[in-house]
Formats: sequence, structure tokens, C-alpha cells
Amino acid sequence: MNQSLILSPIRVLIAKLGLDGHDRGAMVVARALRDAGMEVIYTGLRQTPEMVAEAALQEDVDVVGLSILSGAHMVLLPRTVDLLRERGLHDVLIIAGGIIPDEDAPALKEHGVDAVFGPGSSTRDIVDFIREHVRK
Amino acid sequence: MELVQATIAGDRRAMARLITLVEGEAKEARTLLAELFPHTGRAYVIGITGAPGSGKSTLVNQLAKSYSALGRRVGVIAVDATSPFSGGALLGDRVRMRDLSHNPDVFVRSMASRGNLGGLARTTPDVIKVLDAAGYNLILVETVGSGQLEVEIARTAHTVLVVEIPGTGDEIQSLKAGILEIADVIVVNKSDRDGAERTAAILEAMLSTGKTQMPSRLPYVGHPYPANLLARLAEYLQQERGLTRSDVSWRPRVLRTVATRGEGVAELMDVIEEHRQHLLATREWEARDYLRLLSEIEQALRHRLTEQLLCQVDLDHLVEVVNSVFARRLDPCSAAEQLLCS
Repeated sequence: MNQSLILSPIRVLIAKLGLDGHDRGAMVVARALRDAGMEVIYTGLRQTPEMVAEAALQEDVDVVGLSILSGAHMVLLPRTVDLLRERGLHDVLIIAGGIIPDEDAPALKEHGVDAVFGPGSSTRDIVDFIREHVRK
Repeated sequence: MELVQATIAGDRRAMARLITLVEGEAKEARTLLAELFPHTGRAYVIGITGAPGSGKSTLVNQLAKSYSALGRRVGVIAVDATSPFSGGALLGDRVRMRDLSHNPDVFVRSMASRGNLGGLARTTPDVIKVLDAAGYNLILVETVGSGQLEVEIARTAHTVLVVEIPGTGDEIQSLKAGILEIADVIVVNKSDRDGAERTAAILEAMLSTGKTQMPSRLPYVGHPYPANLLARLAEYLQQERGLTRSDVSWRPRVLRTVATRGEGVAELMDVIEEHRQHLLATREWEARDYLRLLSEIEQALRHRLTEQLLCQVDLDHLVEVVNSVFARRLDPCSAAEQLLCS
């Protein structure tokens, strides 16, 4: 009955960055993480990097999941990473999904994105990745 | 310990971390809360409850925006349901609170109910304390989308808004016991829809025919206190503090809003202020605070005792007892008796 043995659920922020209006993918991922026992804070469409960073701080999440299909990922993702770091969120796991060409992934990882899950990724892989790397 | 000091000094990151510890009922949380407690008791807490989809989050968005424009520092706690199967949750209230994300005077925290059934999480009152100590002087608590019985908010908030929408239920629904009884203000949201007037009229009729709201109603909510304790308490409140349980009745009000467009929100804020003034003028504010803390002590006691007992119970003996109950040789009540006496 020792309370500290009961681990708090993993908290994940799922946000749609940028101006495109397609959040089906983000919702599918949110649902999968929920079913995997995580607490998912879903912020909805058209979030700016500032909104994401501020929400991540207030919600004290372990993971930030960013979905982007507008093509602006090389601008918006690094900007979001910078704003998270600026707020002292250094140990947050950052994952990205949506339409991100494979050749862009190395540069994003260089800038602090921990993983990129493109089209066709299985939600199982995302869950496993989070479980393996979170709170490390 | 520096986490508490940083929180009081206004460090938002420290506060967010502290909330996580409190919410997770981490070992150190008890000490942290004890250090925090002297700094609490200043915030005005408004509860917002009602059925899923009635517009609670949208209303909270409008209220938080308007209160911060008046110079208040606003804390928002939005509770959503935890899955009874996976233990996970989808906390979606921020979707309707876009206006608040750039406001440095508003802090929004989503909470999962984590198995609690009363419309809040078990630790919501403690998270309120964290925001309170950090100087958020107005706290909006949005409950899980609720039906008839999620009335825990009544002993947590100073003022309770129950959000209804047009076309749900007839006179009979409005007469049933439960959530409508805890309302200080009933908001008929989405009032641009058909039937808003009728719904408001039914609710008004219910209020005008019924008794006015029970004052100092906290003990009646879910927690059966021994009658002699209640009598002692009433006596104490009256003699020592000059608080009586009569003459403090508030007739709940019915208001119509369209939260998406902000219609009726100014009027709602006027009525909320009226209720706050009423609580202060009648000293009902103090009475509720007193009873709220009593209820918190009682809950902490219950929690500690259960924990303590379960630690003491011999596991082999427990299994033996459960087996006996399963085989219908022993009933659950006698089993509890046996465990207590072993």
C-alpha cells in the first residue's frame, strides 16, 4: 500500500502545430496513448509554438507530441523545442508526426526532436517508444 | 522544500511540478502541503458542473478571460474522466480554452479523475491549495461532465454553477434530488437554441415552489457525520463565532448564456459577485470554510486509517478471509469485523 510505489500515469501533450486543419492523425495517436494508460492533454488545432510550450509547462507533461502537415515543420518544430528549453523543460520527450520527409528527420533530431513518426507508423511503435524513453 | 517557496514566489514551472507531486500523492506531498497550508484560504473558488457537452469549458474560457481583464489572477482546474479500463485519460478541455493560452495571469491545469467518482479527482482540493498559495485569487474548477450525483464540487467551491442546456428533461427531472440542489446559479447555456425559454421557466418554477437552498449544506453531501458531532458543531458555530444556520438562505438564480459568443457572461459575473457578497455578509463563507476543512480532516483520517489497517493485515489471513467470503461461508461485513479484530 506504499503510495510511492504506484507510479503516476505518463502525461502527454498532443498538439497540432501550424495552420492546416487536419487533426485525424493527432486524434488517433491521442486515443492510442489513452488506451495505453497515459493521460493525454489534447489542445486541438492551430497551435503556435508559444501556446504549446506554455501548455507543456502548465500541465507539467512528460512528453510533447506534435503533429504537423503544413510543411512548415523545419521552422515550427525547432522553434517549439527552443521555447520548451527556454522555460526549463529540458527532460521532456519530444516526438513529431504528420507529413515530415525522411530527409528532414536528421536535422530535426539534431535540434532536439527525439523521434519522428511519419505516415504509416503504427501507434504501437509510438507507445513503445514513449515507454522506453520517458522520464530517463 | 524550495519547491514551495518558489511556488509562492510565482515560479510557474515550480508550481506545475508541485501540482504533479500533489496529484500523484507522492511521499513528499504531505510535507509540501503542510508547508503550503498557512498560505492558503485567500482564493475565491467557483465550481462549474453539468452534463458532457453543455459548454462548461467554453464558459470557463469566457469567465477566465473576463476575470483576468478585471485584474484577477485566475487559476483553472479542468477535470476529465479516467478510463476505468486502461487508467488513461483524454483531457480535452484546453481545446475550448484557446483564449487563455497567451495570458500570463491565467494558469490552466487539466486533471484526470483517477478513479474518483464524485466529479473531481481526489486531490483536486489540494491542487486548489497550491494555486491559492501561489496567489491565484480566483479559481475556476470545472468538473467531469456529470449527471445527477457528482456533487463533490459543493463542498469544494464557494459558488457552484450548474450548466444546463435547452431541451433536456421536463419538470420531473428538475424535481429530482442531486445536482440541481447544489446550484447557487443555474446557467442555461446554448440559449440561442429552441426551448431555452421553456427550460429556464421550468427551472425557475422548480426554484420558486421548492424550499430555498439549505445553508451550510456541506455535511449533507455524501458524508454522514454522527448526529452528536453535527449538533456540537452547530453549537460551536453559533456561540463562539456568531454564525447561525438560519437567515442565510440564498435563492439560486437562473441565467441564460451563449458561451461561444460571450452572451450573458457579464450578467453571470454580476450574479456570481452577488453570491460572493451574500456569503460574506451572512458569514456563510466562514461556515462553509469551517465545514470544508472538517470534511478534509475526516477524509484524511479515513485515508490514513485504511492505509494503516491494510498495512497491519496479515496477507495469508486476508486471503483466507476472502476465500471464506467467496465460498459464502462468511459475509463481507463479518469478514471486515474479523480483519479488524485479528
